[in-house]
Amino acid sequence: MQDGAPDKRVDVARALRDAGFTALLAFGLFLPLIGFQTVTGIRNDLVLTTRWPLLFAIVAIVGAGRLAYALVFEPWLKQRTLRRVQPPPSAWRALASKWFVPFAIGFVIAYPAIVVATAGFGGAVKWVDNFGIQILIYVMLGWGLNIVVGLAGLLDLGYVAFYAVGAYSYTLLAKTFGLAFWILLPLAGILSSFWGILLGFPVLRLRGDYLAIVTLAFGEIIRIIIINWVDLTNGYAGISGIPRPTFFGIPFNANEDGFAAVFGLEFTPLYRTIFLYYVILALALLTAFVTMRLRRLPVGRAWEALREDEIACRSLGINTTNTKLTAFAMGAMFAGFAGSFFAARQGFISPESFTFLESATILSIVVLGGMGSQIGVAIAAIAMIGGTEIMRELDFLKKIFGPTFDPTQYRMLLFGFAMVLIMIWRPRGLISTRDPSVFLKKRKTIAADLIKEGHG
Amino acid sequence: MAPSGDTLLRVEHLTMRFGGLVAVDNLSFDVRQGHITALIGPNGAGKTTVFNCITGFYKPSEGRLGLCHGDPAIWNELEALTDSGKRSITHGGGALYQLERLPDFLVTQQARVARTFQNIRLFPGMTVLENLLVAQHNRLMLASGYTLLGVLGFPSYATAERAAVEKARVWLDGIGLLSRADDPAGDLPYGAQRRLEIARAMCTEPVLLCLDEPAAGLNPRESAELNVLLLAIRDEHAISILLIEHDMSVVMEISDHVVVLDYGVKIADGAPEAVRNDVKVIAAYLGVADEDVAKVEAEVSL
Repeated sequence: MQDGAPDKRVDVARALRDAGFTALLAFGLFLPLIGFQTVTGIRNDLVLTTRWPLLFAIVAIVGAGRLAYALVFEPWLKQRTLRRVQPPPSAWRALASKWFVPFAIGFVIAYPAIVVATAGFGGAVKWVDNFGIQILIYVMLGWGLNIVVGLAGLLDLGYVAFYAVGAYSYTLLAKTFGLAFWILLPLAGILSSFWGILLGFPVLRLRGDYLAIVTLAFGEIIRIIIINWVDLTNGYAGISGIPRPTFFGIPFNANEDGFAAVFGLEFTPLYRTIFLYYVILALALLTAFVTMRLRRLPVGRAWEALREDEIACRSLGINTTNTKLTAFAMGAMFAGFAGSFFAARQGFISPESFTFLESATILSIVVLGGMGSQIGVAIAAIAMIGGTEIMRELDFLKKIFGPTFDPTQYRMLLFGFAMVLIMIWRPRGLISTRDPSVFLKKRKTIAADLIKEGHG
Repeated sequence: MAPSGDTLLRVEHLTMRFGGLVAVDNLSFDVRQGHITALIGPNGAGKTTVFNCITGFYKPSEGRLGLCHGDPAIWNELEALTDSGKRSITHGGGALYQLERLPDFLVTQQARVARTFQNIRLFPGMTVLENLLVAQHNRLMLASGYTLLGVLGFPSYATAERAAVEKARVWLDGIGLLSRADDPAGDLPYGAQRRLEIARAMCTEPVLLCLDEPAAGLNPRESAELNVLLLAIRDEHAISILLIEHDMSVVMEISDHVVVLDYGVKIADGAPEAVRNDVKVIAAYLGVADEDVAKVEAEVSL
C-alpha cells in the first residue's frame, strides 16, 4: 500500500484470525442457546441434554462464512468502491427507468386477470388477497409514513395508531349508524388526521430520539385505550361482523340481489376480493398522486426544507409549527384510509392488529425503500410483505427439515438478516437519491450523501 | 417607500442576559432606510446575540426593537403600540412592529426582516433553484390556496410558481449562479454558497437584510465581489442592510454607518472614518486600556 495503489492481495493470515475469532464468539454465544437443551424426562422432570453436533455445525458455518467474507466478498467490495466513479448511464438503463413506472402500474392493474388466467378461479383468491391486497395495504401505509419520515424528517414510531383510529372509526360508525363504506372512508381519514394533529401539538418542540419515544408512546396509548375501553371497543375480543363494502349498493353475496346474480355470473368469493383489490389499488395510487403533487407545492418543499434545516426555515418566514402539523395530519389521513379499508376487508378487528410490530414493519419499509422515494418504498413493501407471504408457501422445506419445520417462524430472523445486508449494501435505502421538485433547464437527481435525514 | 435616511429599525435599551452573563447591555442604535449599517466588535462582543434578538430567535431580556416600513412612517405611534401590548400596528400604508414581540417566522413574514447565518444554513439536499423557491413560501402558499387549490391543480398556482421561478432566475443571474440552478446547493463552492444564502434571504422580499459575517471564509477577490453585490442590493433594490463583519475591507468600504460593540456595550457609533480613528475602538481591538493605545500603536508601528 506504499504507493497508494489498490492492494489486490488478500491477507490470508488476518482472514484466518478473524474467522477463528468469529467462530469463538459464535461458540460463546450459542453454547447456552443451542448447546444445552432441557427436555422433560420420563418422570416429568427436566433433564439437561447437550446438542454438540448442532452447536459445532453452526459454529463451523459462522467461521466458514466469516472466512469466505474476508477472502472473497471483502476484496470484491473494495474493488467495487474503488470503481465507483459514476458509471455512464447506459441507454438501456435510461429506457428502463423511463418505462418502469408505467409498466408497474399496468402490471398491478392487470394483476387479478393474470392470476385468474394462471391459477384459475379457485386458486386466485389466495394470490389476489394474500399477496395483492396485503402488499398494497402496506405500500399505502409506507407511502403515508413516507410523508412524515421521508419528506418532513420526523421520526414517527407510532404510525400504527392512526391506522387503528381509521379502522375503529369505520367499524364503530358503520356498526352504530349503518353508514356506507364510501361515506366512512373520508370520515375515517379526517378523524385520523385530527388525531395526527392532536399528537403533533405536544411533540412540536421535540426532535430526534425524544420525538421517536413520544410517538412510540402515543402508539401504545391508543392500543391500550382500545384494549381497556371494553364498552366501546370490546377490548381484546375485538369487533366482528363489520359491514363489508358493496359494489355501489350491490352486496357481494350469494343472494338473488348479490353481485353475481345481478350481473348474471356464477357466485364466487373471488369477485369481492378483486373488487377490494381495485379499491386498495385506487387508494394507494391516490396516496402516491397526492404526495407527488404535494412535493411540487410550497407545503411539500417546506417539509423537505424542514428536514434539511429547521432554523433556516424559520429564518425564511415559514411557520414550522403548521408545517409539521400538516405533515402529521397528511400522514395520519392516509393511515386512516388504509385502516378503514383494512377493517372493511377483514370484517373483524382487534387490538392485536395494531401492535408496535406493525409500526416497526411500516417504518422499516420506508427506511429500506429509501426515505422520500416512492418507488423504493413500494419495492420494499413488496419484498417485505410479499416475502412473508411467500414463506407460507415454502412447503417443500418441510421435506428437508422435517414436518415440524415452519418457515414463517424464521420470518423475523430473515428480516433482520436482510436488513443488515441492505444496510451494508445500501445504507440509505434502496433508492436514496432525490428528484428535485422543480428545475430550470435539466432535471438532475441529487446524490444521497447531500440529503439530510432530518433531526426528528 | 420612505425616503432614504429615515429610521427603519430603532433598537432601544436592548439587554440580553443568559443566566448571570450579560451578553448585550443596554444597547441603542438606529438603522436607517437605504443605508448599510455595520455591527462590529471583537469576538464574543455580542454581535450575533443582537442579530438573534432582532430576528426573533431570542427574546430579549429588556428593551424595545421598533421597525417601521411602508409609507407614511408611523413612528409617532410607537408609544401607543408599546402600551397596547400588541405586536404591530398598521396605519394607511405604514406598518410598525415591535420585533421582540414577534415569533421568529413572523419577523420575516410580516416585519420583513431577512437574515443569513454565520455558518451557512442552506438546504444542501435541495437544488439551488428549490432553495430560492422555499424562500418564497408564503406567497406561493397563498397562491396554492393553502395547498387545497394546488392539489386540485388550479392554474393560479402554476402562474405564481412561474413568477417565483422567474424571480429566482433574476437573482441567480445577479449572483452568477444561473448555470448551476439545477445542482444541489450542497455541491456549490463555499463562496457561491454565501452568495446563494444572500439571494435566498432576498427572495423573501425584505426591507431589512441582516447578514452575519457574509465575508467570512472568502478570498479577497470574492470579498470584492460581495461588496459589489451588497452595494447593488442597497442601491438597486433600496434595501437596508445590517451586517456583522470582521473583514474591515468590507466594513470600511461599503458601510454608511458603523456600530462598535465590546463586551455587549456600545463603544462607538458613527461614520466609518470616525469609528476607525476612535481611541476606544482601537483599544478594544488591540486589547489594551484606552490610555495605552498611543504606546502600543507606536510599538507595532501602526
